[in-house]
Amino acid sequence: MSLLEIRGLTAAYGDFQALYGIDLKVEEGETVAIIGANGAGKTTLLRAIAGLLRTPPDCIRFDGAPIGSLAPSRIVRRGIALVPEGRRLFPSLTVEENLRMGAQSGRGGPWTLSRLYGLFPALAARRRAAATALSGGEQQMAAIGRALMANPRLLLCDEISLGLAPRVIRDVYAALPGIRAEGTTVLIVEQDTSRALAEADRVYCLQEGRVTLEGAPAALTRERIRLAYFGL
Amino acid sequence: MAWLNIIVQGALLGGLYALFAAGLSLMFGVMRLVNIAHGDLIVLSAYCALVIVQATGMHPLASLVLVVPLMFAFGYGLQRGLLNFTLSGGILPPLLVTFGLSVIIQNGLLEAFSADSRRLQAGALETASLRLGDQLAIGWLPAIVFIVAVAVIALLEQLLYRTALGRAFRAVSDDADTAQLSGVEIRHVFALATALALAVVSLAGVLLAIRTNFDPSIGPARLLYAFEAVIIGGLGSLWGTLAGGVLLGIAQSLGAALDPGWEILAGHIVFLLVLLLRPRGLFPKQAE
Repeated sequence: MSLLEIRGLTAAYGDFQALYGIDLKVEEGETVAIIGANGAGKTTLLRAIAGLLRTPPDCIRFDGAPIGSLAPSRIVRRGIALVPEGRRLFPSLTVEENLRMGAQSGRGGPWTLSRLYGLFPALAARRRAAATALSGGEQQMAAIGRALMANPRLLLCDEISLGLAPRVIRDVYAALPGIRAEGTTVLIVEQDTSRALAEADRVYCLQEGRVTLEGAPAALTRERIRLAYFGL
Repeated sequence: MAWLNIIVQGALLGGLYALFAAGLSLMFGVMRLVNIAHGDLIVLSAYCALVIVQATGMHPLASLVLVVPLMFAFGYGLQRGLLNFTLSGGILPPLLVTFGLSVIIQNGLLEAFSADSRRLQAGALETASLRLGDQLAIGWLPAIVFIVAVAVIALLEQLLYRTALGRAFRAVSDDADTAQLSGVEIRHVFALATALALAVVSLAGVLLAIRTNFDPSIGPARLLYAFEAVIIGGLGSLWGTLAGGVLLGIAQSLGAALDPGWEILAGHIVFLLVLLLRPRGLFPKQAE
């Protein structure tokens, strides 16, 4: 049984259909990347998994149980935490308060404030600062930290490299091995294809709301990825 | 000395206005919900205390032991059973629904208690005072109201900035979707905010009812004072709300001292002046 199993998932914003029958599986302990152009439906897919979009219950199964129609607060209690696109820290809370918000779900596990400060020393120094006073990279670390405080079995990361300098992206991604080492399964959405291929055990490519390619990075040629990405 | 007396009495009256305003401010802060029925809920809790006092013969202040938890529970139920359903469709539905609620409460009270003016009898407390000079005396009751207002605001501040619930309030206020992703049950958190607001409302209602006469129709004017205190003080700042209430109270007493007909008008004029000169209030939260 897969940790996450998605079957025939469709999703729409009003009249605009964003996903057309997505099938996707993530095994426990895997790191899976979803790539695709702007508007391919990557963020929509993660929002649906996290419960921000209502879907038929059976479309999304987590650890064997249907979760498609659960509220986001219930889904995080089951062990799926999302690092949202654009970081979405709470501006009127301090860094540490933002991190503590992540523990709201009450799940126990390896991640505590002190472990997180070990993973992201930059945050420890700025724990009392307002979240808005952090640099972009620090904000991204805080957003990842907030999700980890829920001690998820499955961590969803939406475009964690967005708007960051290459050196900062490297710092942010340097945290991934430590997260995986705790047995956490990771599903990342990434526009930077080479970064995604380097990090992931398996890759899905989305194009206009459909899965156009799936496989281990080593098994995929540049040509096939280009075709799946752009459809040209 | 006479002027000092007027200013002191006005400032103490401002404590009551700050109490009116604190609950309104909390609900707006957490959910962006403007509760038009706020003033009528103040009156409702006054009647609630009246019924309890008449049935048991207890002192009005002692009735708070029952009125506060009752209104807390009512607030929780009101939010979960009604107001939560109005929050997803923009700012208009909550305004309309709470306006309707205001009409229902006023007419329900009218039906049950008639239009007669009522008062909670607090015995010696009503007239007891502390003489501070020739022309300056502070009544115990206004002093107690003011102290309660300061204490309530201090407690709310502690709650907002020192507890997990307060953190959840602020997070939900910032970004409800992301708060849900962190595991916050926003419907429950919203209901707790309203419950707390109505607990404060019930304090205000009982103190109001000891201080002055009340009847089913006086709610909307209390709502107006509450709005004015919040706006004068600056949205989002509880201590600012206290300052706003005090300023409003002083303006009303000075107005009344000049001419009894100017009491209410003077308060509104100060409110309009603040809107004109400092549209964001005296102590606004920093720019977003």
